[in-house]
Amino acid sequence: MRSFMVPSILLAAGLAFASPGSAQTAAPAQPAAATAASAAAAAPAAKVADPTLDAAGRPLRQAEPGVGEPVDKAFYLQQQVTPTGQEAHWFHDVILLPLITVISIFVLALLVWVIIRYRRAANPTPSRTSHNTAIEIIWTLAPVLILVAIAIPSIKLLAAQFKPAPKNAVTLKAIGNQWFWSYEYPDNGGIQLTANMLKEGDQVGKDQRYRTDADGPRLLATDQRVVLPVGVPIRLVTTATDVIHSWAVPAFWIKLDAIPGRLNETSFIIQKEGVYFGQCSELCGARHAFMPIAVEAVSPAKFAQWVASKGGTMPGAAAEPASTTAIGNDASDATANGAAEAAPTVAATATPAPSNQPATANPAGAGNTGN
Amino acid sequence: MTDTALPYTAAHGEHAHGEHDADHLPGFFARWFMSTNHKDIGTLYLIFAIIAGIIGGAISGIMRAELMQPGIQYLPWWVAKLHGEGTFDEAMHFWNVLITAHGLIMVFFMVMPAMIGGFGNWFVPIMIGAPDMAFPRMNNISFWLTVAGFVLLMLSPFVGVGAGTGWTVYAPLSTYGEPGPSVDFAIFSLHLAGAASILGAINFITTIFNMRAPGMTLHKMPLFAWSVLVTAFLLLLALPVLAAAITMLITDRNFGTAFYDPQYGGDPVLYQHLFWFFGHPEVYIMILPGFGIVSHIIATFSRKPVFGYLGMAYAMVAIGLVGFVVWAHHMFTTGLPVQVKMYFTAATMVIAVPTGVKIFSWIATMWGGSISFKTPMVWAIGFIFMFTVGGVTGVVLANGGVDDYMQDTYYVVAHFHYVLSLGAVFSLFAGFYYWFPKMTGKMYNEALGHVHFWVFFAGVNLLFFPMHFLGLQGMPRRIPDYTDQYAYWNNMATIGYMVMAAGMAVFFVNILYSLFAGKKAEANPWGEGATTLEWTLSSPPPFHQFETLPKID
Repeated sequence: MRSFMVPSILLAAGLAFASPGSAQTAAPAQPAAATAASAAAAAPAAKVADPTLDAAGRPLRQAEPGVGEPVDKAFYLQQQVTPTGQEAHWFHDVILLPLITVISIFVLALLVWVIIRYRRAANPTPSRTSHNTAIEIIWTLAPVLILVAIAIPSIKLLAAQFKPAPKNAVTLKAIGNQWFWSYEYPDNGGIQLTANMLKEGDQVGKDQRYRTDADGPRLLATDQRVVLPVGVPIRLVTTATDVIHSWAVPAFWIKLDAIPGRLNETSFIIQKEGVYFGQCSELCGARHAFMPIAVEAVSPAKFAQWVASKGGTMPGAAAEPASTTAIGNDASDATANGAAEAAPTVAATATPAPSNQPATANPAGAGNTGN
Repeated sequence: MTDTALPYTAAHGEHAHGEHDADHLPGFFARWFMSTNHKDIGTLYLIFAIIAGIIGGAISGIMRAELMQPGIQYLPWWVAKLHGEGTFDEAMHFWNVLITAHGLIMVFFMVMPAMIGGFGNWFVPIMIGAPDMAFPRMNNISFWLTVAGFVLLMLSPFVGVGAGTGWTVYAPLSTYGEPGPSVDFAIFSLHLAGAASILGAINFITTIFNMRAPGMTLHKMPLFAWSVLVTAFLLLLALPVLAAAITMLITDRNFGTAFYDPQYGGDPVLYQHLFWFFGHPEVYIMILPGFGIVSHIIATFSRKPVFGYLGMAYAMVAIGLVGFVVWAHHMFTTGLPVQVKMYFTAATMVIAVPTGVKIFSWIATMWGGSISFKTPMVWAIGFIFMFTVGGVTGVVLANGGVDDYMQDTYYVVAHFHYVLSLGAVFSLFAGFYYWFPKMTGKMYNEALGHVHFWVFFAGVNLLFFPMHFLGLQGMPRRIPDYTDQYAYWNNMATIGYMVMAAGMAVFFVNILYSLFAGKKAEANPWGEGATTLEWTLSSPPPFHQFETLPKID
């Protein structure tokens, strides 16, 4: 693995080890200084409990069976909770699937008909027909028309998916690493998370955290969930630190490759609170199967509370010090992914991106879904 | 008699020369290791493809066994066998080695050698009325380079931890992501197989353009020869791009270049563009000869000429041309601009049109025919339907917007196995049974052929159809373990694999039985429907055919 910006990694790691457990140990708030140096600053004074966790640090919200995760024996698409996902779901279920079913059955029916009608016993003398211009034109043009009928909603769907995120969007930066995802909220005071897969009880040492059903299904649950608000446009930016990964959540109809050296961007709006799971979707080495994605969608108010609990700020809120606290990378993290864990978030992450929110924005910030 | 040059009389002439040919058969080593005879080289290719197919199929058996139930069951055991006690990561890496080997073997060392090297070598010269290929020695080196490439690939897991990059060998997983000689071996293996295919393509193009019998114009040429001609052009244009792409991988890995390394201004996505510029024509390389084979079989057993011959030929040309401008539909999630996605969506769907022409023309060939359901015909009809199913899911995947969900899920795995494992492989079996009497001089066992078809048909459908459902539920491909909700259909698929394997056992029994105890085959066992030149020759054909060139009206 190549390391980008080695000093900041060490800085972040050092900080993580220096403040085990809660990051909210004393230290005076620093004036806003969005530089790498601020990474060394401690957390803000305000102490807000994480609204998504109970006192023991377990997730409060459990996944709703059949939503945001696969269903056993199912033969259909996962339920969609984003507008583009619903449009795509409609496109697949109402246009594509019936069409391909009808075409397949049509071809099968023709085959069955010729097999029965023109078997040697039923038709001992073959015809010598080898041309029929009219029918050849028909079977060239009919598929063209069918394809045009598919192409129109298809192109519309592409346009809908492309729609760039508006200014009030919440930005989530997903960074692929071998083999875990790290996340940043550059517009929310540079919150950083690292999400490792939770192992099973028989795979971890004593006192280490393991997966429970509250966390989610086996191989899908992570030690930290990505928290996002519902009803607010999300700008997803992906990149990677080593090889190509792909950030995918089927319930959002989102799959975007995380490519080293590139920033890919897309956007979506989650319409329903819940927990949604996905998996890395580009072969990335030995533990490709074990770097899941877990997103918890909460109300905007709860999101603001969560941001505060992580020491971040809502854009447009009073100019709180933007400090980076490398949340979740404490030394006691039992789900450590090996040595890589010591370097949680790399790739130009030490500097929280400046907010693109104008100073006069709605103080409710993310709550504004108007555009 | 002045009509001695007509096909049937030409064949008659061969009999007169039979003894003369037999006298000149080379010794065993010279015949099989230094061969310049297109039929012998074709036979070598077919034997090679069967061996590679057994290995590639066995690897998929290991994979299906692992996937039968959630959890990791057998991988650590395999790694312990191979490298001694290994870590968990080594076991998981071994999974990636398996998927890589399965893909590369089936594509480069099973389907391509069988279709082009095997049937192409055997029957293109005969069908166009030529005594042999244009460059017989180059033909030999093509084969042995393929073997050398296969040996390199087989050595790869023994010189290191094995190449676990996937058959696509995406950078940077294949550059700084996986050091060690294994990946280099795999890349060199592709170089050799690619060089072999380029030489073969040059040979076929030259043969078809220059060595057709008098009177055989391109527009009278049998469709299998057409299909190999189009395939040869695809090979000639696509493989150098692959060679360039993987050469840059080699230099990135070993000589400090940075074509694909973003840290020094390279771009991993560049590799994907180059790879798929080769990779998409490659899928047509694997299926076009199958189209040709199926056309012959449908016409033969319907006792009718192929319907819309020119449309069939030019549909293949169109598929070949359009196949070069649709590559980025494999890359819809890499962050392509929206206009580019729209273009590749539309262009990809265009391919459905010539493909539809072919499907309907095959059915129209059967329409009004007098169909006998010999084993090759059953496989060909199975091909038409299975290829249709694989084709329509291709139309689903052509939509860039849909791929934000489907990309790299089992839906894709289902799709390409329907067009390859049920499409290309069905056409291979159809061709194998169709030409088995011609190649060996022995009839295969009809009953066993039918049993093989039905067991295999049931098996592969049970194996691959549930993968659509897994994909719709979002299961990613290339994973050795999955969350428990995917268990049911995975279990079903593995049962399907077992059924398919039983079908293959019937196939091998049939081959061995027929080779040793099969009835002697006539020159034309299929009757009046079989009109191409190979049926004018004895079964098996003389060592050198057409000493007097046939004349085509």
